[in-house]
Amino acid sequence: MEKTLDLKYTYTEKKDTRSGFGDGFLEVGRKNPNVVGLCADLIGSLKMGAFQNEFPERFFQTGIAEANMMGIAAGLSINGKIPYTGTFANFSTGRVYDQIRQSIAYSDKNVKICASHAGLTLGEDGATHQILEDLGMMKMLPHMTVINPCDYNQTKAATIAIADYEGPVYLRFGRPSWPIFTPADQKFEIGKAWKMIDGKDVTIFATGHLVWEAVVAEAMLREEGIHAEVINIHTIKPLDEEAILESVAKTGCCVSAEEHQMNGGLGDSIAQTLIRNHPAPMEMVAVNDSFGESGVPTDLLQKYGLNAENIVKSVKKAIARK
Amino acid sequence: MCVPDLERKSLEYRKKILKYIKHASAGHTGGSLSCIDILNVLYNQILHVSPQNFSDNNRDRYIQSKGHSVEALYVVLADQGFFPESELETLCQYQSHFIGHPTRKVPGVEQNTGALGHGLALSVGTALAGKMDEADFKVFTLLGDGELAEGSNWEALLAASHYNLDNLVVILDYNKLQITGRNKDVMNVEPLLDKFKAFGLAVREMDGNDIASIKATLEDVPFESGKPNLVIAHTTKGKGVSFMEDSVKWHHGVPDDAQYQQAQEELDKKISALEKLESK
Ligand SMILES: [Mg+2]
Repeated sequence: MEKTLDLKYTYTEKKDTRSGFGDGFLEVGRKNPNVVGLCADLIGSLKMGAFQNEFPERFFQTGIAEANMMGIAAGLSINGKIPYTGTFANFSTGRVYDQIRQSIAYSDKNVKICASHAGLTLGEDGATHQILEDLGMMKMLPHMTVINPCDYNQTKAATIAIADYEGPVYLRFGRPSWPIFTPADQKFEIGKAWKMIDGKDVTIFATGHLVWEAVVAEAMLREEGIHAEVINIHTIKPLDEEAILESVAKTGCCVSAEEHQMNGGLGDSIAQTLIRNHPAPMEMVAVNDSFGESGVPTDLLQKYGLNAENIVKSVKKAIARK
Repeated sequence: MCVPDLERKSLEYRKKILKYIKHASAGHTGGSLSCIDILNVLYNQILHVSPQNFSDNNRDRYIQSKGHSVEALYVVLADQGFFPESELETLCQYQSHFIGHPTRKVPGVEQNTGALGHGLALSVGTALAGKMDEADFKVFTLLGDGELAEGSNWEALLAASHYNLDNLVVILDYNKLQITGRNKDVMNVEPLLDKFKAFGLAVREMDGNDIASIKATLEDVPFESGKPNLVIAHTTKGKGVSFMEDSVKWHHGVPDDAQYQQAQEELDKKISALEKLESK
């Protein structure tokens, strides 16, 4: 269906965002000798092998001991070192929440928590590994910056950019092959929302893989005469409240879209911002208080309503409530 | 500093710990009195740490995993000149940065600690950083015995051994008591010596309330090249005050006026006895 649509952004190649992390990690390692890697036995899955091969003296395997990895990373962050930890998103958050809270966030340590295989698009492994609560857990922590890029290029840019920011960061990415629709040479600015498509009738705020679905939804809506603004919220925290309010002041309603629980996700943060400043009709495209299951990513996204079709439906609901 | 001078310092530190706990009406009395001799020897004899070199990358690091014994740490840091001792009058009070567990807001504190089971992984990371930089500094961490039930300690010991961190010195304040009672009744941690050895550590035992024993042991670090150092410090909770010794109720008890006076008198007597011994 995408093929017949007049898309504002297109792609010629698909790649996983974790590869964007792996390639960005190697590049930032070359640029910055303070960057150090740690991994809890998932070097292949996290695409950290190239960095490890090139900089073995700056890379530490911790074994399957994620809590220990977080504590070690916090302790390692002395004398200018910038540890990047790598494991799946569920083992990067829920499993190690107290370590992150005490030793990284509360202590304001310059640790970059790099979390792959987030959300439903992990696919076949099912609910145990498909974390849908990580953004919420991480955004609640004082001092923590939370980033969820949308494609290979943006993930690579974010991986490089976070080394120049002093403080704890949660960087979330995923496993599936996904359209590369943002430019390779983009400048990644933490906390700065990116208006990708200008519109007047509704704003779609999307993060992660769902930004692509928002781009598709915009084209579908345009065929029906609805002009949606699409804003890429790659940084969940700090949230670009100014960009959100400016857009909703213009369009009068919005939809959030994310591969996460509705509770505690991006939609929650946007709703809080709107309620405090500029209440407006809002719909949320997110997982509604449920665990995931096995399947190929597209089937799972379809079942849980995390796709362009459901964004279109939600947009119509939001507009009707204006 | 010679042993008698350090012994006298320990008694004075004990008096101050009680003074500020009494003033704050809060604190972890038993554990602070248990570990104070270790902190005394560390800061006055072993560690290359001072207010002057605290921003030096090559300073030794002390990370107190059993953060609840914070009064011992604050009293020693004040004595080292990190801040005026009078500031401890604000301990645990509203708007004071002398929080009830170690915080880097207090000059001289390396790490925010206190939630148990976190200090050792932090120390392993810091020791690893030292190895990466081929730096000379050592990392010392103080563990509680109740804390050993946290599995995170054993993960950290695996890594310490795997990475041959002989620049790491783990000291266990082994007073055999924790908040609910005896370790052996709450969660048995023995046989400790065998466990630590099996984890690939170079293990020593010492009397953790005897200055000479502590000094001799810690001056001998590293015990074995390529192996992390682990010291089992046999201590007495509440050490130095007769009615507080080896009693679980003083885990975080605050003395009433009569108890406080008796405790200070007992410590004063010990100081006098030391002075007499010295003048002989
Ligand atoms: Mg104890």
